[in-house]
Amino acid sequence: MSDIPKADELFKSIDYAPPATGWMETPVDFSPGNWCYPAKPEKIAYMESKMPGLWGEARQWVPGEADWHLPANWKETVVNGFRERLKKFRSLQLFMDICVRCGACADKCHYFIGSGDPKNMPVLRAELMRSVYRGEFTLAGKILSKLTGSRVMEENVLKEWFIYFYQCTQCRRCSLFCPYGIDTAEMTMMARELMHLVGLNTNWIMEPVSNCNITGNHLGIQPHAFKDIVDFMVDDIEEVTGRRVKAPLNEKGHEILFITPSGDVFADPGIYTFMGYLLLFDYLDLDYTMSTYASEGGNFGSFTNNEVMKKLNAKMYAEANRLGCKWILGGECGHMWRVVHQYMDTMNGDNQGSQMTTPKSPITGTVFDTAAATKMLHITEFTADLIKNGKLNLDPSRNDHLRVTFHDSCNPARGMGLLDEPRYVIKNVCNNFFEMPPQTTREQTFCCAGGSGLNTDEIMEIRLRGGLPRGNALRYVRDKHGVNTMACICAIDRATLIPLADYWAPGVTITGTHELVANALVLEEGEVRKMDMRQEYLPGFEDEEDDWTPPNMEA
Amino acid sequence: MNALYSLLFVFLLVLIPLFGVGAAHLNSLFGASIPYLAFCIFLIGFVYKVFTWARTDVPFRIPTTGGQFKSFDPVMFKQNKLDCPQTGAQTFFRMVLEVFAFRSLFRNTAVSLHETKDGPVVAYKSSKWLWLFAITFHYSFFIIALRHLRLFLEPIPFLPVGALEFVDGILQIGAPTLYLTDAGLVLGVLLLLGRRLINARINYISYVSDFFPLFLILAIALSGIYMRYYAKVDVIAIKELTMGLATFHYVIPESINVSFFVHVFLVSCLMAYFPFSKLMHLPGVFLSPTRNMPNDTRAKHHVNPWNDPKIKAHAYADYEKEFGVVMAEAGLPLDNPENGKAPEEADA
Ligand code: SF4
Ligand code: SF4
Repeated sequence: MSDIPKADELFKSIDYAPPATGWMETPVDFSPGNWCYPAKPEKIAYMESKMPGLWGEARQWVPGEADWHLPANWKETVVNGFRERLKKFRSLQLFMDICVRCGACADKCHYFIGSGDPKNMPVLRAELMRSVYRGEFTLAGKILSKLTGSRVMEENVLKEWFIYFYQCTQCRRCSLFCPYGIDTAEMTMMARELMHLVGLNTNWIMEPVSNCNITGNHLGIQPHAFKDIVDFMVDDIEEVTGRRVKAPLNEKGHEILFITPSGDVFADPGIYTFMGYLLLFDYLDLDYTMSTYASEGGNFGSFTNNEVMKKLNAKMYAEANRLGCKWILGGECGHMWRVVHQYMDTMNGDNQGSQMTTPKSPITGTVFDTAAATKMLHITEFTADLIKNGKLNLDPSRNDHLRVTFHDSCNPARGMGLLDEPRYVIKNVCNNFFEMPPQTTREQTFCCAGGSGLNTDEIMEIRLRGGLPRGNALRYVRDKHGVNTMACICAIDRATLIPLADYWAPGVTITGTHELVANALVLEEGEVRKMDMRQEYLPGFEDEEDDWTPPNMEA
Repeated sequence: MNALYSLLFVFLLVLIPLFGVGAAHLNSLFGASIPYLAFCIFLIGFVYKVFTWARTDVPFRIPTTGGQFKSFDPVMFKQNKLDCPQTGAQTFFRMVLEVFAFRSLFRNTAVSLHETKDGPVVAYKSSKWLWLFAITFHYSFFIIALRHLRLFLEPIPFLPVGALEFVDGILQIGAPTLYLTDAGLVLGVLLLLGRRLINARINYISYVSDFFPLFLILAIALSGIYMRYYAKVDVIAIKELTMGLATFHYVIPESINVSFFVHVFLVSCLMAYFPFSKLMHLPGVFLSPTRNMPNDTRAKHHVNPWNDPKIKAHAYADYEKEFGVVMAEAGLPLDNPENGKAPEEADA
């Protein structure tokens, strides 16, 4: 990270004037830092053994080198794959045909705003693909060539795809503003499916995919280790609250299966959110279990192709059926929820067991018809309903040391419409809540620049550039309202917003929503909490820290 | 450069009928055969394309949502029924606003960067110019097209044709009366063209195929205006010709000014070009999967026709086989206790 410019230098370097050369003639920069590392061959080999035909040959290759060791028939594979997908997806077919290049989407992409690279304008990103569509599949494009923006598939075109379709976080902000709803995220998904066919991939996606398949979660943590970590958190909760909570794993016969992104189990600060869930469920004496087999809510398959998305998603129902659960409660995660909301029932609805029913809160009796098909409820819906019905004893003043803003994750915002429930929850557990400027929240929210498998460190400068719009809005509320905490409902956010905030708005920490809930939750009458979930002393209790004697000074 | 090519090309297109009718007297070619042919290409191409789209599957429901969805408690969390529709009717209204009011475009913002004394600022302001240009252009075009129905219908229906003409000419400027939409169309095209030429970013993404239709439509508008206001063509004769076309008994009256043939030829070009171009956004907008579907996939089952039932999750049984020993050690329940035995135990 040392060669990354300082924030103000980076800001000054952004230039929105397009280059002198046309976009087809402008060369692509393949220097390190512009691409994610390709997948380790063994990960590809494993996935090829499970889902043959989708990955190309496993091999070692480096995007910075001229020879990418593409398979001999790479061109046919890509072009045929393209043709096949045009028949399978109306969205793709239509979005290839109807863009008028009005440019309404151009300055909506966080990567363009932070880089000024015209190929990061959603319209041009899509043109990378459309040009090939015209050149390969349309009569007009074949005749009229470059003047009408068509070209045929060539190696440098494919390489350009690799760079720019892995500089799109599938956030769909462009789609909101397009007069025809053209969704560049959808084209990115297709382009990635095609690239996977010839082995162009990134390790940060393929390793999680293969891990999720084997172990159930993207970090490849095996079941006993998973249990260890959960036990560890149970200890920590006891440390903070004095209560020893239950953390049921793989148990049969419970009503609810709880699935959260595994980032919440393994990474700081997600673990505090996870502790929040555990505490809340114990407080409610909820009849639930978690699973080590279905221990990943996030669906990394959705960053590769729809087949793997389906395969990984299928675990949720498979496990609910095996354990006999009636419905599934889902934790805070962005793309997990886009998959659950927009794809799950369509892909795997048939795999629901007959024991599954429309989610009904055992505490309040509320029936969630909105989730009647998927049988899957978002945790903020569940908690908002609890609060509304007065089922939680909350002391928001325990969060008074926090001045909180909320980051809408792209997927729940633009792929779902989940906007008010998390706000309602936060406002009930915190006294100081401040919104960022309206052009950067709710459906207009800006991406954390690390979604869709881009939260890897080798492209940190790209991420920080893409993080400019979010970071700048955050800095605004930090300066204006003294905001020191940004809450979110996405595990990728919880990982990616930290470097983003450190860079653009230093002094702001990142938290999950249920961490705040856990802080405020009064477990029993008169309970005094000295620490928050991070085991940091609350204001007024700080001096207790002085009780600690460093080991080398012990008598 | 792309703009220049397009302009040149349109000039050439104007020359063809000027020469063909003016010098070569190919009146029936330009007055009947070419329009017929162009109309056929238009119709077949248009229908074919829409048909191709329509028969392509929509495997997943992927509406882009622009507001709060329908919550378990619709009173406390108010659904944005237009931007996050959940029923057919709500979706219909979303589409109506999209098609008739260009609603998404209305939302447009422009981004700018500023260095202030408090540090860098990314600012967004509402930018409705494109919306205004586009709406001027499209409505003018639409109304002009409807007005032209008077040439193909006998008797001329008051609704909508007569009424439109009345309102359109309400200012009663000049003789023949100036239609507002004639001015609107020219203005709209010029604004859209100007934007494409002047805005560097838009210019950068523009091809010949983006300039060409604009120049072509401009030429159509100008030739039409020339006919009506300057050449004062013989409208009775034209109606005779157009009615002839409409009823397949075509006649080519001698008294028609060559400007009419230019106009008709350019319109023919536009018609023939239409199905192969981005102009297909006209039917396309109705079919856009991010806009025309209710956001109800979590509540209602929806079928993906090519969903592959053979794709199954990595089986739990295999998982337990692989990790059974460590699971047993950690005290996690097993379906098959055999899996919990270490290999040597199992052998024993
Ligand atoms: S807003 Fe839509 S139509 Fe306009 S350039 Fe972007 S993708 Fe194309
Ligand atoms: S989906 Fe998001 S990241 Fe991708 S092009 Fe659109 S705005 Fe940019």
